[in-house]
Amino acid sequence: MSVWLLAPLQASVALLLAPGLIGAIRWMKARLQNRRGSPVWQPYLELRKLFAKEVVVSSNASWLFHAAPFIVFGSTVTVTLLVPLLAVPLPFAGAGDLLVVVYLLLLGTFFLALAGLDPGSPFGGMGASREMTVAALAEPTMALAIFALAWGAGSTDLGQIASRILTIPSEALAPGHVLAFAAIFLVTLAETGRLPVDNPGTHLELTMIHEAMVLEYSGRYLALIEWAASLKLLVFFTLLANLFVPWGVAAALTPGALLWSVLTLALKLLALGGAVAVVETHIAKLRLFRVPELLSASFILALLAVTASFLLR
Amino acid sequence: MGLLSKILRTGIVTEPLPAGDSEVVHLVREVDAESRRLFGRALGIREVDAGSCNGCEVEITGLMSPVYDSERFGFHFVASPRHADLLLVTGPVTRNMEVPLRKTYEATPAPKLVVAVGDCARTCGVFAGSYAVAGSVDSVIPVNVFVDGCPPEPAQILQGILAALRSGRA
Amino acid sequence: MVSGYAAGAAAALVFGTGALARWASALGAIVGAAAGVALAAGAWVWGAAFVLEAPGLLGPAGGMAFSLDGLGAVFLGLTSLIAAPSALYGAGYSRTWDGRPALRQVGFMLNVFLLTMSLVPLADGALTFLLFWEGMSLSSYFLVLTEADGPDVVEAGQWYLAMTQIGLACLLGAFLLIQSGGPGSFASLRAAAAELPAGTRDAVFALALVGFGGKAGLIPLHVWLPRAHPAAPSHVSALMSGAMIKMGVYGLLRVGLDVLGGGPAWWGALVIGLGALSAVLGILYALTEDDIKRLLAYSSVENIGVIMLGVGAAFLFKSLGMPQAGALALAAALFHAVNHAAFKGLLFLGAGAVLHATGTRDMNHLGGLIRGMPWTAALFLVGSVAIAGLPPLNGFVSEWLLFQSLLPGIGVPSPLVAVLMVLALGMLALTAGLAAACFVKAFGITFLAIPRSPEALAAHEAAWSMRVGMVALAGACLALSVGASVILPLLSAVAVPLVGPAAPAPVFNVGVTLRTPEGFARMSPLLVAAGLGLVVLATWLAVRLFGSRRPLRVGETWGCGRVVQTPRMEYTSTAFAEPLRRIFAAFYRPSEDVSIDFHPESRYFVQSISYRSAIEPWFERYLYAPVIARVRLWSERVLALQSGSVHAYLTYLVAVLVLLLGWLAVTGRR
Repeated sequence: MSVWLLAPLQASVALLLAPGLIGAIRWMKARLQNRRGSPVWQPYLELRKLFAKEVVVSSNASWLFHAAPFIVFGSTVTVTLLVPLLAVPLPFAGAGDLLVVVYLLLLGTFFLALAGLDPGSPFGGMGASREMTVAALAEPTMALAIFALAWGAGSTDLGQIASRILTIPSEALAPGHVLAFAAIFLVTLAETGRLPVDNPGTHLELTMIHEAMVLEYSGRYLALIEWAASLKLLVFFTLLANLFVPWGVAAALTPGALLWSVLTLALKLLALGGAVAVVETHIAKLRLFRVPELLSASFILALLAVTASFLLR
Repeated sequence: MGLLSKILRTGIVTEPLPAGDSEVVHLVREVDAESRRLFGRALGIREVDAGSCNGCEVEITGLMSPVYDSERFGFHFVASPRHADLLLVTGPVTRNMEVPLRKTYEATPAPKLVVAVGDCARTCGVFAGSYAVAGSVDSVIPVNVFVDGCPPEPAQILQGILAALRSGRA
Repeated sequence: MVSGYAAGAAAALVFGTGALARWASALGAIVGAAAGVALAAGAWVWGAAFVLEAPGLLGPAGGMAFSLDGLGAVFLGLTSLIAAPSALYGAGYSRTWDGRPALRQVGFMLNVFLLTMSLVPLADGALTFLLFWEGMSLSSYFLVLTEADGPDVVEAGQWYLAMTQIGLACLLGAFLLIQSGGPGSFASLRAAAAELPAGTRDAVFALALVGFGGKAGLIPLHVWLPRAHPAAPSHVSALMSGAMIKMGVYGLLRVGLDVLGGGPAWWGALVIGLGALSAVLGILYALTEDDIKRLLAYSSVENIGVIMLGVGAAFLFKSLGMPQAGALALAAALFHAVNHAAFKGLLFLGAGAVLHATGTRDMNHLGGLIRGMPWTAALFLVGSVAIAGLPPLNGFVSEWLLFQSLLPGIGVPSPLVAVLMVLALGMLALTAGLAAACFVKAFGITFLAIPRSPEALAAHEAAWSMRVGMVALAGACLALSVGASVILPLLSAVAVPLVGPAAPAPVFNVGVTLRTPEGFARMSPLLVAAGLGLVVLATWLAVRLFGSRRPLRVGETWGCGRVVQTPRMEYTSTAFAEPLRRIFAAFYRPSEDVSIDFHPESRYFVQSISYRSAIEPWFERYLYAPVIARVRLWSERVLALQSGSVHAYLTYLVAVLVLLLGWLAVTGRR
């Protein structure tokens, strides 16, 4: 199979799996709350419904409001083309490395924040302000964690980082890697709006961060933004899974290897989703001004990861 | 891990929904087939308190509890009417809440349903004729289903919502 | 080039104060800029050497000499790149001064400013250099004072003048230290520097850092930037922020790397430290600003910090014997300098258009301008995305490069250097994140939502000349990004000779990909931009084709059913930065002052509440205020000499004359 077919295949697999991931996490949380909950495929039904609904737009909104969902969705899908989702010889390996991934996601956040400010509602402004604060504070951690990984692998190239552990399995337990995993896990919780940073199911506007920015969106725009949010979670989980525990990722592009990689990816996503569900059941949401403490803790972890990588090389 | 062991010991507590109680649930405006198909398994609900005493709200909160678990039918509560498909309205509509209720209805994208919960929503209940009350919910926005009761039980509220979705006279 | 600028200056003086004068001076500047670009391109791309000796000019002082090498060409090209759009913009913007003498002053001084600034990189010799350096400072001082109708403008000019003169003194001292006989051409300075003892070299470097760092706006010498840049006319601010502060970088590179030939590791470490500090503090100050031009000025401090990070890394790597890494760092810094010129110029021009249309710079009184000024809004958005360092524009490419260039530093055996590099990396990442937050605020509050004042409501789009200038710079941002793989090999060719003797050219596979040495990383800005565009387009098409057929409905903004929405209910610029202000309160030390006026008849009713909030001006209060107080004290003591009496002055003259004669007699005997 041609390497170039891998790119749309990766994007399609990611688009298909992302709502299911959210559904699985919700299902696990429901069971942990002793109730039956909605089925795992519920988010697909919600997306289908949203695409068919009417779009209501504020009279204060400008063209940016209409363009933002496409930019957010587009940047997140572009990221799925760059991460080692299915196979390690990435078709666009020369186009972008881990830094490009992080900053493409920041591009989506940038436009979503602007879209929150556009209709002129105070909730949107509040959401935008808080989201940019959290995103800004999470950046140093991501940069240092990336470099801890890159230092070990000799490159910031994603494929290379993944294949390094495949070739030297004992590296997976290197202290630098474990610490970087912990740091990126905390950043995942912050960037994708999960507890303890942001409650994805809250109805109280004053406690919202991500939700507050999308209060004005409806219909297909909302569908695109919700899909993009679930894709973002999938991307972060994929980075956690396939950069730290890359076994199962296809090295050759045969149908069998690809099928196996999809299965192992689904398993890893479920495991990480389960971890997030358990964490969310145990922890209450942090007050907004306690979130920097959490992010500083993750920064220290990343700093230790870089030091460990460097000392033990 | 005390919490985890307690969760595992308790198990699933969701009760099956009893059969429909047609005395309490009144389908006033039928919902067209296309909307029923659309909302069949995924419904966003926005609750609006148009001046109620909060008795109905307490029962509605019970809907999200593990025992009644509205989520198993695909219902989830949303914060913004722009994300909503169904408005769950309680209370006699007071003068101060008449305009906000209408604005909430206008902010909701089509197709949309309205389920009015409680005696106050249909007849203004004990507040009928008060200087502060503007009228029943039906006089402000078009209603699909009334659920009687002061307050109605969570199971009856669920049946009311399902009546809107599964209705259809041949 | 000289004739172009000179013609523009003359035209400004000659043609009076009408549209003709505006256009003639702008045209002269554009011609000069075009010639500058051609000259720079010739020297840089095709390696054509350019040497001009003019010993006749200022003969007694040693004559003037000009030459253009790679490093100078980069900065000349940078200057000329933003000079043309700014001049074109200025033609429309200066209409405010039609019929007033200020128009003549602006047109004349602008051309003089551009001329002197373009000649600084061309200078080959300390005298020429300092002459045009001072000319650049003075002409920009006069430009800052164009609208000297408020005390803060005058104060801004005072700060600016003081800082430039202190800088000049330091530079003069530095050059004299190298060649105490009277500094000559750079070649002779290089020879003299090679023989200096280490202590003198350190002193020279320190003086050069103070002098050039002050011009660049490096902390703690940045205090003039947020005062002078907002006070100047907007196209001048664009030039000052885009080109003039880069001359500080040029000077440091010229003196530090070229003339002195690099030095011990602590030089690089010091520059990295100051750069990282400038970056973080600059953006932190920018975040709490409500004045859009002050915000942009502090953002320039931040970007200079980022550039100095790269420059310091180059110094450091050179001293550690890692020329390849040093060349990469220097190329990244130079590229960021060029990029910053493009997007900061664009942003200042946009801010100027806003000021021109609404008459206010306070973001708390703006808003909703995207409807009245769609072009300006879209172009300002391009600038914001670029400066936030987001793909696919040029800011991201240079920041990516800078990240990659700092990485080899972690592997250096010295643990101090490794720790410094790691901290610098963290601060660079924090700066990038905070810059994104800052420009969401800058663009969002100014252009989006509902207008917060009648002036904002009545805003009109900028004149076509202003728009064309901005479009040119926006195009430059995009071109610099997708053309990075073409530009960077040229930059590294400039960087390599400065950093190491015959280091192998480190970088950059030409084609569409950027490749760093030892295959550490690859990135293709063109592919990223193309991919992003394609995916967005595909999404839009898919939604169009398969989405719902329901028409879009326009409704009110959802506000929990409130009856009316006023601009008072929107988020303000102060509110947007509030979480960050709280988080960094240890640095900001915000002070709040709330005063409540009660109704005269009852303390239960409030008539008005006045709220004032300020952040701690660390540098002004703890560094500059004591120095200024000390200087004032001593000046007042010396004031006693100025008694006003002619007799006293005659006595002074005679006394000094006697002393001089005596001294000459004593020294002449030997």
